[in-house]
Amino acid sequence: MPDLISALQLSAPEAALAVGGLVLLMIGAFAGEKSARVVSTLSVLLLIGATALAVTGPLGRAFNGAYVADPLAVYGKALIFLSSAVAIVLGDGWMKRTRIARFEYPVLIVLASAGMGMMASSGDLISLYVGIELHSLALYVLAAFHRDDLKASEAGLKYFVLGALSSGLLLYGASLIYGFAGSMRFDEIAAYASTNPSTGLVFGLVFLICGLAFKVSAAPFHMWTPDVYEGAPTPVVALFSTAPKVAAMVLIARTLEGAFAGSHDQWAQVLILISLISFAVGAFGGLVQKDLQRLLAYSSIANIGYALLGIAAGSTIGIQSMLLFMTLYVIDQFGFFGILLSLSRNGRPVRSIADFAGLRKERPVTAIALTVLCLSVLGMPPLSGFWGKWAVFGAAAEAGYWMAGAAGLVASVVAGFYYLRIIKLMWFDPAPDGQPVTDKSPVEAKAIAWACAAFSFPLVIIGLTWLQPLTVAAAAGFGAG
Amino acid sequence: MLQGIAFYLLAAVAVVGGLMVVTAKNPVHSVLWLILTFFSSAGLFVLLGAEFLAMLLVVVYVGAVAVLFLFVVMMLDVDFVRLREGYARYLPLAAIVAGVLLAEMIMISLVVVNGGAASDAVAPATAVDMTNAEAIGRVLYTDYVYIFQAAGIVLLIAMIGAIVLTLRHKPNIKRQKAHDQVNRDRKTAVEVKGAATGEGVTAEDLI
Repeated sequence: MPDLISALQLSAPEAALAVGGLVLLMIGAFAGEKSARVVSTLSVLLLIGATALAVTGPLGRAFNGAYVADPLAVYGKALIFLSSAVAIVLGDGWMKRTRIARFEYPVLIVLASAGMGMMASSGDLISLYVGIELHSLALYVLAAFHRDDLKASEAGLKYFVLGALSSGLLLYGASLIYGFAGSMRFDEIAAYASTNPSTGLVFGLVFLICGLAFKVSAAPFHMWTPDVYEGAPTPVVALFSTAPKVAAMVLIARTLEGAFAGSHDQWAQVLILISLISFAVGAFGGLVQKDLQRLLAYSSIANIGYALLGIAAGSTIGIQSMLLFMTLYVIDQFGFFGILLSLSRNGRPVRSIADFAGLRKERPVTAIALTVLCLSVLGMPPLSGFWGKWAVFGAAAEAGYWMAGAAGLVASVVAGFYYLRIIKLMWFDPAPDGQPVTDKSPVEAKAIAWACAAFSFPLVIIGLTWLQPLTVAAAAGFGAG
Repeated sequence: MLQGIAFYLLAAVAVVGGLMVVTAKNPVHSVLWLILTFFSSAGLFVLLGAEFLAMLLVVVYVGAVAVLFLFVVMMLDVDFVRLREGYARYLPLAAIVAGVLLAEMIMISLVVVNGGAASDAVAPATAVDMTNAEAIGRVLYTDYVYIFQAAGIVLLIAMIGAIVLTLRHKPNIKRQKAHDQVNRDRKTAVEVKGAATGEGVTAEDLI
């Protein structure tokens, strides 16, 4: 019994989210559709509460090692839960304006967050798989949330079918690993793998990496990303490109470093290959895009490549650089999606890149914010995106992956073209004749966009002074407890 | 010896069945082949000594999932000729991927033949004097309670998802309300209208 109590204390954030999600579901089911606003507010509070529980909770292992609460998990969970909360805030107003407000939206995000928390602190192969299924099943539904929209339904279906395929790959890999190592716990796999390096384990590992790469939309497993980003509702895409990516990256770091630290040479090759392909697909695929959401999909493919490069370094500094990169990336993404959600012309959302022409005259502050965000994602010093890339390239170079880092720099330069094109359209091109003026922006989207842009520059200089030690502590504490 | 024959028979049937699932022209036949594959896999589980899993496979996958597939395939109006349009076009790529996977599996099998899988790894904690169902029952709610609960939430999300994506509140729909229907009486249900003798009633009078 004391065992169960201490286990529940350790897993309090997920338990709170699961129980809270059930309570919110009851509130929504009995109060009806009009309760969407109340449920959203309560969900945001619940997620903030879960963050507090994660940050203040005890560290350790529970449930026979299936659940690990270490500083890495705590950092990941704080980022994941807060991102989910922002996505609920962004989504609540948007759903109301498009008249599809339903209380299930926040409830699904809360339950997905419980799954992402499981991923961030998974200590064996089963909790890895169940956590992934828990969050992706909710995300499939969210992708198709705007069910009367043909594109959203298509996005949901595509995501579901390809996600199921990737789960199959992942399970196959997991079963191979279990068969060869004789255990599902990461520490026992590590103990076995260090004494008996086996081809079977490496094959299992490759399948596992393929399945996980699918979930983070790294090339060549990125096929679903552009279509889903284009079709799914904008606030849902804002969620897709932030919290699940962080959860999957933490999970990849945990699996590879925790269970396969001994076979670093093998998986580093795979990760570097995936990074290189992601750089190429993300940079060149984005050049021809006309829809900003599709462009952001390609941008996310490239950026996942950078984060994977950090993990490939296979060191504490590598994990730290990945955490820092993902944190800054998440903030930039929320800025982009805040701007996308805050602009519309005659009720029609601004989606195409050409729609940004002449934004300087109409919306000077938003234009400045978008410029800052573009320059930041581009990696212009001293904006926030630069510091993330600096950390990742530094870690890769230290591990001896000079060439991959150089390829990443080239990809940044190529990708710079499409960010600079947006900036040029906004500042130097006149608005086309007869273009309707932009509508009044919703407050919450505008506030989030401006806050994120302000963080990208200049607040990042102050932010780094506490983000840096936090990520260092999180990466150093990996596996502790 | 007998076990070996049974294994190769069941494994061969499972592989052929799996192949037919993807190549059969008629999707109903595909589902029937899938059921055959499930049955052979259940047989393989029995050979491994996992009779409870074999029963679950038959009851859950054959009894529920495959039958549901059959319903879906039969009820949905899918143009199967159009569905197979890209078959020849994607075949080379699919063959390459399948070839790579096959090569990997052969390599893994060689590893197993040479070294044996998990032969010297942590011994699985199984008691001999316990049935399968008892062994699973002992750990399902104790060692794996965390996973068990999480799996429950996965199912809950599936249910919420199905409702979110399909339930529509239509305004003019007539629902059965047992309470209201039982509480009807002659006073509220019937209205007596007078009709003048010899003139009859018209439809307008009745409304």
